[in-house]
Amino acid sequence: MSAPTAPTEPVPTEPAPTDSGSATPSRDTAADTAASSSERGQGGVELHAVTKRFGETVAVDDLTLSVESGEFFSMLGPSGSGKTTVLRLIAGFEEVTSGSIEIAGTDVTRAAPFDRTVNTVFQDYALFPHMTIADNVAYGLRVRKVSKAEQKERVAAALEQVRLSHVADRLPHQLSGGQRQRIALARALILQPRVLLLDEPLGALDKQLREQMQIELKQIQREVGITFIFVTHDQEEALTLSDRIAVFNNGRVEQVGTPREVYEYPQTGFVAGFLGISNLIDAGHAERLTGVAKAISVRPERVRLMDARTEPATHETCVDGTIVETVYTGPTTRYIVDTVDGLRVIAERHNDHAPSDTAPYHRGDAVRAVWVTEHAAVVP
Amino acid sequence: MLRLTRGTTVAFGIVVGIVLLFMYAPLFLVIINSFNVAPIANWPISGFTFDWWVRAFQNEALWAAVQNSVIVATGAMIIALVLGTLAAFALQRFEFFGKHTVNLLIVLPIALPGVVTGVAFSNSFNNVLEPAGIQVGYFGMIIAHATFCIVMVFNNVFARLRRMNPSMQEASMDLGASLWQTFRLVTFPQFRTAFVAGGLLAFALSFDEIVVTIFTAPAGVDTLPLWMFNQMARPNEATQVNVIATVLILLSFIPVYISQRLTRAEEEER
Repeated sequence: MSAPTAPTEPVPTEPAPTDSGSATPSRDTAADTAASSSERGQGGVELHAVTKRFGETVAVDDLTLSVESGEFFSMLGPSGSGKTTVLRLIAGFEEVTSGSIEIAGTDVTRAAPFDRTVNTVFQDYALFPHMTIADNVAYGLRVRKVSKAEQKERVAAALEQVRLSHVADRLPHQLSGGQRQRIALARALILQPRVLLLDEPLGALDKQLREQMQIELKQIQREVGITFIFVTHDQEEALTLSDRIAVFNNGRVEQVGTPREVYEYPQTGFVAGFLGISNLIDAGHAERLTGVAKAISVRPERVRLMDARTEPATHETCVDGTIVETVYTGPTTRYIVDTVDGLRVIAERHNDHAPSDTAPYHRGDAVRAVWVTEHAAVVP
Repeated sequence: MLRLTRGTTVAFGIVVGIVLLFMYAPLFLVIINSFNVAPIANWPISGFTFDWWVRAFQNEALWAAVQNSVIVATGAMIIALVLGTLAAFALQRFEFFGKHTVNLLIVLPIALPGVVTGVAFSNSFNNVLEPAGIQVGYFGMIIAHATFCIVMVFNNVFARLRRMNPSMQEASMDLGASLWQTFRLVTFPQFRTAFVAGGLLAFALSFDEIVVTIFTAPAGVDTLPLWMFNQMARPNEATQVNVIATVLILLSFIPVYISQRLTRAEEEER
């Protein structure tokens, strides 16, 4: 990934932007806005000052969030950060303690789940075990009293879309995890909702299947063109799939932005640390290094190691230390460097040397860790 | 797999044989004696006859007792199914003040000795309600039976609800089903087997109940167990008891068969 041109002066310090017209517009946002502007208001979701309490616990804390129509929007965060609760509030399984929710321009704050134009794909799929796959997929049409002939036609089309026409007469327990996942998707999409909610739908699948399903999900989303709101705790998944990501922590949104924005310009230390590995350098150390007393974050892939005697270029920042650990990950090797004044810096290097060669640096080596000064993002 | 020596296998075989013999020999004796010429059970039987079977089927008192038992057991079962299921839902799905106490109070009657239940109901019916001008009569017996039959349904349904995935209901509502549609199409089918099994148990429990029945049956009303119990005291009629016992043995295969089929269907679905 090539580094975007980062502003030399600190990135804007105002609170995390909540819409796509954010402070650091990038190509991704522009494309996204263009795609969705034509159908704005068709399937957007607006949360205004939403708070949800469970007894004493505040699960969602004064959240205002705006999801554009037609975008693939991820809610990313550790477990207990409130992301699933927000999804359940949008679906109508939980009622807000205060605040309001709007789906496609209609206030649904007090509406029952069956009165909302959203459908959900559950983490455990929640297929009905006593019904065949065809009956599961037809369920939404059946309870809406759609004619049998139309049901049959639409079920066939829905199964076709997820390429599972051949399992129509089986029961859910006879299907593999990946197949169940696709059936859950077909069952939700058959009702042509304006918004599809997905609660960690790939969490139960193994890594290879998950990556395959990610591509499939993205394709289906493009095909049907509706809003996807996707809950995940997997930062890689969120970066791969999303048009925009909201990073959750302790019931609040720390930052909203395109994958590139949240990865390259984390607005808080939490975001920097949750998405990938980050070298977060506090204001004190940063002042000594760069002269500016503001915390900075620099990604390990932007840190180079060099011999302790080599002079860095003028546009570079450097720290001296000792390698305390090397971690071989296959495509890369990570070097963990501790400096004399108590800083820990991780440098990641592509293993682009000959396969038979060992890494150029070893544990115990005295090294100089260097990065282009402006490649470090200021964390407000 | 646990491996057993030949000696152990033989020893276990003998023990199993003895246990089965003690369990089933008396039943076999009852069946054979229903065809006995002699009016009192003996071994070997004195001679073969269908006489008692004919007399039993012509016995109006016996038929009245069967009818009473079926009505009482059906009534108790229906009450148990309705209240037991509702209670199971309330206690499984909701949090409320006194929940654990209510749970205990529902389950208690099954542990309470029948004699105590019987005396308690008898006292309430005869010494409280009757002076107040309320004749419970036949219905009192049904209510008395229902108190412990509820537990059978409650326990079965409660256990099933607890294992049920709560997101099923949410998925149903999410797909547009109303509360009633969700219950009918998703929730009920998933606890149906527990519901039926609980109902069968409740019916069986009421059908052969004798202790509480003695205390609560209105004068002149016999249930089948009461009738059989009374017949045993009359030597000349005792063999008719063997006939009805034989019929009951055969009938009891039905619920056993049903419950096994339900269990198997269940396992296939998992």
